[in-house]
Amino acid sequence: MNNNVYIYIFVMAGVTYLIRLLPLTLIQKEIKNATIRSFLYYVPYVTLAVMTFPAILYATSSIWSALAGFIIAIVLAYRGGSLFKVSLSACLVVFIVELFIC
Amino acid sequence: MRSNIDYWKKGFRDGIPIALGYIAVSFTFGIMAKNAGLTVFQAVLMSAVNVTSAGQFAGLGLIEASASYFELAFTQLIINLRYCLMSCSLSQKISNDTSFVHRIFIASGVTDEIFGVSVSTEGKLNPFYSYGVISVAVPGWVFGTFLGVVSGNILPARVLSALSVALYGMFIAIIVPPAKQNKIIAGIIMISMLSSLAFSKLPLLDQISSGFRIIILTVVIAGAAAILFPLKEDTNE
Repeated sequence: MNNNVYIYIFVMAGVTYLIRLLPLTLIQKEIKNATIRSFLYYVPYVTLAVMTFPAILYATSSIWSALAGFIIAIVLAYRGGSLFKVSLSACLVVFIVELFIC
Repeated sequence: MRSNIDYWKKGFRDGIPIALGYIAVSFTFGIMAKNAGLTVFQAVLMSAVNVTSAGQFAGLGLIEASASYFELAFTQLIINLRYCLMSCSLSQKISNDTSFVHRIFIASGVTDEIFGVSVSTEGKLNPFYSYGVISVAVPGWVFGTFLGVVSGNILPARVLSALSVALYGMFIAIIVPPAKQNKIIAGIIMISMLSSLAFSKLPLLDQISSGFRIIILTVVIAGAAAILFPLKEDTNE
């Protein structure tokens, strides 16, 4: 490491923060264009779905425990479980499954 | 009307699973930061001011390789460009008259997870909800980093493995309930997941980094959906 670590850290933080800040401060008004509004409305569903699958399958020590956690999460979410309940149940199922198979 | 403190509490509660998931991820980050030669203070500072998992992992590699500042900045721009889409989406979720100061602080918490819970709230986003989430999630991220640097084996592997699905579980809890009500959203989620699977398995496509995969698929799928199934007037969802 020849360069200064602190400068590295703040360069990273600066770039990352600007990406987050600019749209929020530049777009002050409600967008009227129906297509753009619809696009922004669908964005979270696509983004979160893409981030979740298949990444979840490789997050734990075994693909089978991950699959069990994935299925439980879907079932509980479908039944209207809270974020907290769905999330922790998935963790718990992974933990239990791994007690048996790992 | 609920008071700001109620929104803050609600955010805090929704932030707890995020914090747990963050601890699992940032713990690993802490271990790697230590291996890359960062001090405890440097690693913790990096987590506190960046709060971005993929960006920080990539940053470590570049710092270790003594990359130029420009190279580092450019990499962060590419990896974290998805936050730009999220911020655009959030700009429509907050009320028009949200002050500049609130916007500055909301922006500090635009991560995949905090964005996810923020857009899933009913109606307009109250800034205090965001602050509630941030006030537990970000300390979780920083604390996990600290634990990882200080002691690489304080958390048993089994616990770490189990906590690793916390964030995904949360994403599922966010996207599944609306899909139950709305067939279009259900279809979009299925297509998104299958496309993501294809991008991770097919030759050539699997060369695309996960950050870019998110951006490409989001623009294409949400774009196609917007054209095929535009929202009806006055739906403030």
